[in-house]
Amino acid sequence: MIKQTVVIVGSGQAGFQTAASLRLEGFEGEIILFGDEPGLPYQRPPLSKTYFADADAQRLLFRNADFFQRNRIKLWDNARAARIHRDRKEVELEDGRTIAYDKLVLALGTKNRELPIPGTRLANVLQLRTLKDADLLRHAAKNASRAVMIGGGFIGLEVASVLRGEGLEVSIIELEPRVMARAVSKPISAHYEQLHAASGVEFHLEESVTSLTGNKKGEVEALTLSDGTRLNADLVVVCAGVVPDIAIAQEAGLAVENGIRVDAHLRTDDPDIFAIGDCASFVHAASNRLVRIESVQNALDQAKCVAKNIAGQKGAQPQAYDRVAWFWSDQAGTKLQIAGLTGPADQWHVCQSDSPEKLTVLAFKDSQFIGAETVNNASDHMTARKILSGRDKVSFKDFESSGFDLRRLAREKTRTG
Amino acid sequence: MTKVTFVDADGNKTTLDARDGDNLMQAAIADGIDGIVGECCGAMMCATCHVYVEEPHLTTLPQRSEGEEEMLECTASERRKNSRLSCQIKIGPDIDGIVVHLPEEQ
Ligand SMILES: Cc1cc2nc3c(=O)[nH]c(=O)nc-3n(C[C@H](O)[C@H](O)[C@H](O)COP(=O)(O)OP(=O)(O)OC[C@H]3O[C@@H](n4cnc5c(N)ncnc54)[C@H](O)[C@@H]3O)c2cc1C
Ligand code: FES
Repeated sequence: MIKQTVVIVGSGQAGFQTAASLRLEGFEGEIILFGDEPGLPYQRPPLSKTYFADADAQRLLFRNADFFQRNRIKLWDNARAARIHRDRKEVELEDGRTIAYDKLVLALGTKNRELPIPGTRLANVLQLRTLKDADLLRHAAKNASRAVMIGGGFIGLEVASVLRGEGLEVSIIELEPRVMARAVSKPISAHYEQLHAASGVEFHLEESVTSLTGNKKGEVEALTLSDGTRLNADLVVVCAGVVPDIAIAQEAGLAVENGIRVDAHLRTDDPDIFAIGDCASFVHAASNRLVRIESVQNALDQAKCVAKNIAGQKGAQPQAYDRVAWFWSDQAGTKLQIAGLTGPADQWHVCQSDSPEKLTVLAFKDSQFIGAETVNNASDHMTARKILSGRDKVSFKDFESSGFDLRRLAREKTRTG
Repeated sequence: MTKVTFVDADGNKTTLDARDGDNLMQAAIADGIDGIVGECCGAMMCATCHVYVEEPHLTTLPQRSEGEEEMLECTASERRKNSRLSCQIKIGPDIDGIVVHLPEEQ
């Protein structure tokens, strides 16, 4: 058999895992993995968490350089794809090089949403996506005393926590009436608003920033909010969400819809091109909705699925992607975890808790269990995942009759199922 | 540097010189030990870094925290008396020569 070449664009969580999993699946052809960042592929989650304290970049790496050699994975850094020539099955890099592929995997991730307001180019107005961003932020934080987060989502809150820990005064500006509004239920938002407020974080909810102003040196000095309030700041972190980084897919004529559109096997409308991770949108089988998920779990599991489908024998049934989504966040000294996709929930149930530090909130849609949010309760989280990955649907009534005891319910379900 | 040995489910042994101060999950991941995933980067939230620790180190390791106990209830492969989360094992001279077995599944 002629050996195939798989080219993977984007060497983040999903791109790296695809390369590693292809070898685990016994793929023997050539693997070229490239991305536009410098250095070896690394993990992003610690950037807004432990990296702040330890600044140990080596700890972030997925693998040593040795691993790539041993596994015959050609890794190119500082290489950005400019165009995909589908007719010739080639990727053209910004530096003019071209690479031919048999199969192409797009793992392009996201880029930060830019704010359409004056002043975002001032010094000390930063963002956090890459290791380089994290180093700039750590450095700026050393000389700052008043930080403002624009955006109260996961990353905004994690960074707020870390900066409070460094002794900075911290404010958060959030457009929605509550933090993490698009991702979690009201009880969880309220829990975290309370925790962060107790640690000294100040909130400006239902507010937006209309402009940033700087001093003579071109450093940020203040923000103006939509209600006219002026906040002084010597460090501003823009964490106002991200958008998929998919211009090259769009220009190549691939279908896009809030991300690169893929089918159940993570294939785009070109049978030789796949898309995975933060940049891909797909129909979530359990809820029949088009989703794009930004999480480590999604990136990892989609990478494994794509590797199976590429390395699989000709004629073998391709594998459909159907893993239960889960996510975590570290904030204010607590562990927040989400199992399942709770977006469409129309009913929430807050479970009784044996400790004020623990919280479990269950999500239902049309009386069916679709997910759980937990604070400091890893065992409820893991049990919820077990229930969600089972074949049987579980209803609100099932929970009622088991006294909302997740473990009991899981035992009952596995016994009958 | 501290010597640590991983034995996979098929009995293959790999010995590494691990960097002191890292945890055992990080050492395994960096070197590409396939049987360890470490999905949550060591935040004690995924239980995909499960290992079985051999004596004598099992007894001399610091006790499991409550969080680790809880996560060990949720491992993909069976929990045994010598189950630990490798992200909670700090590398240093006191664990030199440690041998851990990898479960079938994470
Ligand atoms: C600060 C931070 C904290 C996070 N915390 C958590 C957490 O606690 N839990 C969790 O589950 N998730 C977390 N995430 C999200 C998680 O890191 C992402 O979901 C995951 O990295 C997605 O993987 P990916 O491979 O799709 O994208 P990425 O990891 O973003 O990788 C995409 C790569 O492709 C590169 N690229 C883009 N376009 C091109 C091109 N044209 N040519 C070449 N290269 C290109 C990008 O520069 C990037 O390096 C966090 C993210 C950040 C930024
Ligand atoms: S790496 Fe997730 S629990 Fe150890």
